[in-house]
Amino acid sequence: MNGNSQIMKKKRGGEIVNEMKLRLPSLSVNEGMARAAVSAFCAQCDPPMSELADIKCAVSEAVTNCIVHGYRDTVGDIYITVKIISDDDGGKSARIEIKDNGCGIPDVEQARMPLYTTDAQNERSGMGFTVMESFCDKVKVRSRCGKGTTVVLLKRLCRR
Amino acid sequence: MTRSNCRYESRFEDGVLEFRLLGEIDHHSAVNVRTEMDEEICRLRPSKVILELCGIEFMDSSGLGLIMGRYSLMQRLGGTLTLRNPNERIVKIFELAGLGRMIRIENDSKEVKK
Repeated sequence: MNGNSQIMKKKRGGEIVNEMKLRLPSLSVNEGMARAAVSAFCAQCDPPMSELADIKCAVSEAVTNCIVHGYRDTVGDIYITVKIISDDDGGKSARIEIKDNGCGIPDVEQARMPLYTTDAQNERSGMGFTVMESFCDKVKVRSRCGKGTTVVLLKRLCRR
Repeated sequence: MTRSNCRYESRFEDGVLEFRLLGEIDHHSAVNVRTEMDEEICRLRPSKVILELCGIEFMDSSGLGLIMGRYSLMQRLGGTLTLRNPNERIVKIFELAGLGRMIRIENDSKEVKK
């Protein structure tokens, strides 16, 4: 983990002031650790507790998707990258990327629909993306069948 | 067997089975907890199940699946299921799924909505 708080590099849309990378195998026992780690990293901006709770929930959903769907019958790596970005108005935002090299999503629009799931027999509610969208400012999904899926969560952390 | 970060205490009295859930409900813990809960429900055949959620520190949409699965089971057995003291975040997740009006919710023994 890079604890350097100096400006690391300029990027369109804001300067990255800190960054963390995590790689975890897609074991369900790692879900708790993944959301705790991302939340702990974002806590450095001293956001309201509710924002951290939102982030924990959204990360949990994305990581669970990698485990349940991306690497359904196997175990693969989940790559989590968190960037703290300095916004133009002096505030800070988090850009959280959750990536897998799993089976990919054939129809992303369909997958993002509330209650849509391909795993109802295991009591999956089909609400993962809806929850992410509700608790984050923006959610971007890129996926290719046979290659994997990348979910990007954007969340404003604090004003100044 | 990996340790689950959710556990519960149960109490059965006068046909009412109460599960006091503690910790975090996610995909990992839901898988473990649901089997144990179903075993108790099928063995005791309560007329009413109460899920006490004041001790739940975290829940994502896996908790929705856990709760709705037990709700469906109780329906099949001719009983009811009630959520007690879900926090705001849990209620929000239910409302996102359009289930806010379907499931009975109580807060500190005061009925909020059915």
